[in-house]
Amino acid sequence: MATLLQGLGVASAFSASPSLDSKKLQLRSLSGRKAGIYVVRSDASLNLHTGAPKAGRLITNAVVAKGDSSAASTSSKPGHELLLFEALREGLEEEMERDPTVCVMGEDVGHYGGSYKVTKDLANKFGDLRVLDTPIAENSFTGMGIGAAMTGLRTVVEGMNMGFLLLAFDQISNNCGMLHYTSGGQFKIPIVIRGPGGVGRQLGAEHSQRLESYFQSIPGIQMVACSTPYNAKGLMKAAIRSKNPVILFEHVLLYNLKERIPDEEYVLSLEESEMVRPGEHVTILTYSRMRYHVMHAAKTLVNKGYDPEVIDIRSLKPFDLHTIGNSIKKTHRVLIVEECMRTGGIGASLTAAINENFHDYLDAPVVCLSSQDVPTPYAGPLEEWTVVQPAQIVTAVEKLCQ
Amino acid sequence: MALYMRKSTTILRHVKSKMAFMASLQRGSRSSSTPHFDRNALCQPNFRNLSNIHRFESTIAQNHLSSVCADENQVLDFPGGSVKFTPEMRFISESPLERTSCFRVLDDNGQPILGGSFEQVSMETAVKMYDNMVTLQTMDTIFFEAQRQGRISFYLTTNGEEAINIASAAALSMEDLIFPQYREPGVLLWRGFTFQEFANQCFSNKYDNGKGRQMPIHYGSKQLNYVTIASTVASQLPHAVGAAYSLKMEKKDACAVTYFGDGGSSEGDFHAALNFAAVMEAPVIFICRNNGWAISTPTSDQFRSDGVVVRGQAYGVRSIRVDGNDALAVYNAVKAARQMAISEQRPVLIEALTYRVGHHSTSDDSTKYRPANEIESWRLARDPVGRFRKWIERNGWWNCEADTQLRNNARKQLLQAIQLAEKEEKPPLAEIFSDVYDVPPSNLGEQETWLRETVKKHPQDYPSDVSL
Repeated sequence: MATLLQGLGVASAFSASPSLDSKKLQLRSLSGRKAGIYVVRSDASLNLHTGAPKAGRLITNAVVAKGDSSAASTSSKPGHELLLFEALREGLEEEMERDPTVCVMGEDVGHYGGSYKVTKDLANKFGDLRVLDTPIAENSFTGMGIGAAMTGLRTVVEGMNMGFLLLAFDQISNNCGMLHYTSGGQFKIPIVIRGPGGVGRQLGAEHSQRLESYFQSIPGIQMVACSTPYNAKGLMKAAIRSKNPVILFEHVLLYNLKERIPDEEYVLSLEESEMVRPGEHVTILTYSRMRYHVMHAAKTLVNKGYDPEVIDIRSLKPFDLHTIGNSIKKTHRVLIVEECMRTGGIGASLTAAINENFHDYLDAPVVCLSSQDVPTPYAGPLEEWTVVQPAQIVTAVEKLCQ
Repeated sequence: MALYMRKSTTILRHVKSKMAFMASLQRGSRSSSTPHFDRNALCQPNFRNLSNIHRFESTIAQNHLSSVCADENQVLDFPGGSVKFTPEMRFISESPLERTSCFRVLDDNGQPILGGSFEQVSMETAVKMYDNMVTLQTMDTIFFEAQRQGRISFYLTTNGEEAINIASAAALSMEDLIFPQYREPGVLLWRGFTFQEFANQCFSNKYDNGKGRQMPIHYGSKQLNYVTIASTVASQLPHAVGAAYSLKMEKKDACAVTYFGDGGSSEGDFHAALNFAAVMEAPVIFICRNNGWAISTPTSDQFRSDGVVVRGQAYGVRSIRVDGNDALAVYNAVKAARQMAISEQRPVLIEALTYRVGHHSTSDDSTKYRPANEIESWRLARDPVGRFRKWIERNGWWNCEADTQLRNNARKQLLQAIQLAEKEEKPPLAEIFSDVYDVPPSNLGEQETWLRETVKKHPQDYPSDVSL
C-alpha cells in the first residue's frame, strides 16, 4: 500500500497516529503555536481546542464557510488560505509539475477549466495534450485512461459528476479493477478517477448520486473521500502517486470550503482516517459532507454534556479499522452517519465490518444514519429530508448513550 | 465523388422536367431574352435550352432562377466550418450505389493479380509467415481436441483467419502495442510466444503469465507488447486509443493496434474510440475481422451499413477494406496503415473480410445456425493458408515435404507442451490474493489467513496438488 508521507513540520492532527489516546496526543507543532488538538469546526476555520469547548455560534448552513475569521487572520498565520477546489487544483498542479507523465482527461477540463474549476488554467500551463478535453463518452474516455495508464502515463480521469461514471462502470469494474490481477501483475493501472458526487442543492435525482456504494465491491480499486481543503490536496497527491487505481470522491457542496493549508508539500495516506474531534462517549464515523453535519451536531451535543469522538473515515475502501477499532475500544458505542442510501451503502459495509471485528467491545448495537432508499427529490424541503440532518444525529447520540 | 455526380444528374432531371412544364405552358408569346440566361450559362449550361421556350407572364420566376443561380456558389457559416447550401432537398442514401471495393493481391489460386500494387515480400518473411500460419492452424486443431477430450475447459479457434493474424503481425514492429479481442493468438505466435507458454495459460498452471487467473486463450505478455485479453467485447478499443495517446505524447516510433470483430463494432466503445482517435489524432490502427458471424448473429442482423469500413469516414478516420484471406494484401495494408498512423499521427481503420470457419468457441455448434456446406466450402476452397501456400510454392520457396515436416513437427511439439503443462502444478494459494493491489491490504491478509486455516483444518476437501 502507499506509505504515509508527510512534509516535515506539519501538525499531524489530521491523520490518525497509530496509538491514539486522547490524553497523550503527540503532535509536532507548527512554529509559533501551542501543541494542542486541532479541530476543524463546521465553519471550516482552524481553531485551537484547548479542552474547554468554545460555545460557537450555530450555523444553519453547515456546509460552506462564511469566511468569518479570514479577514483578521491573513498574514500572521503560516500557510495560505484557499478553497477546496483550489486545493485540489494545487495538488494536481504540483503532481503534474513533478511528474511529466501525469495527465488529466475529462469533459470540459481543458480550456473551460473544468465544470468546477478544478483544472482551471492547467491547459494553458501544460498544454492540450496533458489536459485533454474528451467527447462525451464516459465509458470510452475512462477506457482511454486505463489504456494510457497501462502504457506508462498516470491519468487522472474527471467525471463531470460522479453519476456520469455509471456509464464507465464496465471499464472501472472489468478492466480498471481487474487487469492488474488477470494479467498476472504484468500491467499496472495507476489511474485516478475523480469527480463530484453526493446530494447538492436541488440538482435532481440523476445528479445527486452516491457512487461509493456501487463501487465499493469492485476488487482492485481503492476509494477515498475528501472533505477539507487540507485532505483534498493531500489525498489528490497520494492518489496520483499510488500504483493502484484510486477513486477520489469529492462533494459538490464542499468545493467552496475555505481553509488555511501549509505551504510545505505534504501527502496524506490513502488508507488512514482522520480524527476530527476526540471524545469519550460515542464514536461517530462519517465522511465527506456529513462530517460537517456531525460537527454541527457535536456542538449541540457538547452543550448537552456529551463528548462525541468524531472520525472522518476518509478511506472508504479499505476501511481504517485500526483507528476505528481503537476508538470503539474506548467509547463502546458507534454511530455511523453517511449520505449513502440505507441499502448497500458504505455504512452498511462498515456496520458489518465493525460487528465482525469489534463485537465484544460494543455496549450497544451499531446505529447507522443514512439516506432513505429513494431517488433524491428535487423540491427543496424534500431533498433536505432525504439527507441526515444534525438534529437527527443529536437524537441518535442521545438514544445511544442512554 | 459519386455523390457529386448524382447531384448533377438530379439537376439535369430537374431541369428537363422544368423544361417540359414550361413547354406545356407556351402561349405563343415571344421567346425569353436569352442574354439574361446566358449570363449564367457557365453555372447552369442546360439553361441555354430554355431560350427556345416562351416567356412566362410573370418575371418573378425568372429573377428567382437567376438569383438562385448566383447563390449556388455561396456558402453558409456554421460552427464546424462553412458548407455550401442547396435549395434542393436531397437525402443521402442509406447505402452507396456500390459497396466499397476490397483490396486483394492474390487471387483464389494464389496467383498475383495483374495490375496489383503491392510491396514484394522477401522469401524469409514469406516462409516465416506461412510457417506461422500452419503452426497456428495446427495449434488450433490440437488445443480444440484437447478441450473435447476434457483436458482444458475452453478454447477458441482462429480457423479461416490465420492470414489476418499472421500477416498483420508480420507488418508491425515489436514496439507496436497490441490490444486484442480474443481471436488473435497468431500475433503472439509471430512475436515469439512459445507453445509451452500457450499451453501453460490454457492449463492455468503456475508458469502461466497470468498466474492462473484467466480463462484459457486469455493470453497476455508485457514482454511481447500484447495486452492481456479481457472477456469484455470491444473494451480494448478505448484502451488502444489511450495507449496511442501515450505514444503520441512520448513521440515514439510506434503505434497501438487493436483487433475486434464485426460484432464488436456494434459496441458503444467502438464508436467513441474511433471518434476519440480521430479528434486526438492518435496513432492507432483499428483492425476489424469481419468474419460474417457474431456467435449466431450474421452481419445482416448486426448492422445495415456497408460493413464496417464505411464507418471510418463517418468519424473522420481513413479506412480500407481488405481481403482478409489474402495474406499479402493484409500485410501490405497493415504496413501502409502503420506508416500513415505514425508519420501522419492519425488513426486508420482496416476492415478485413473473411469467414469464421470454426465454431465461435468450444461452447458453440455453428451447424445449428448455418448450413454445413457453407462452412465446408469456405474451409476447402477459400482457405487462406492454402492460397498463400500456392503462391510460395510457385515462387519455389516451399514444397510438399517441407509442409509435411512442418506440420508433423508442430504437432509433436504441441502435444509435448500440452503433456508438460498438464502435469505442472497449479498456482499456489497466495496467488489468489496477490496483484489485486500493489501490496496486499490488511483485509486481504485476513482473508488469506482464514483460507489457509480452513484448508489446513479440512485437507480432504481441497485439492492436494495445489501448494499453499
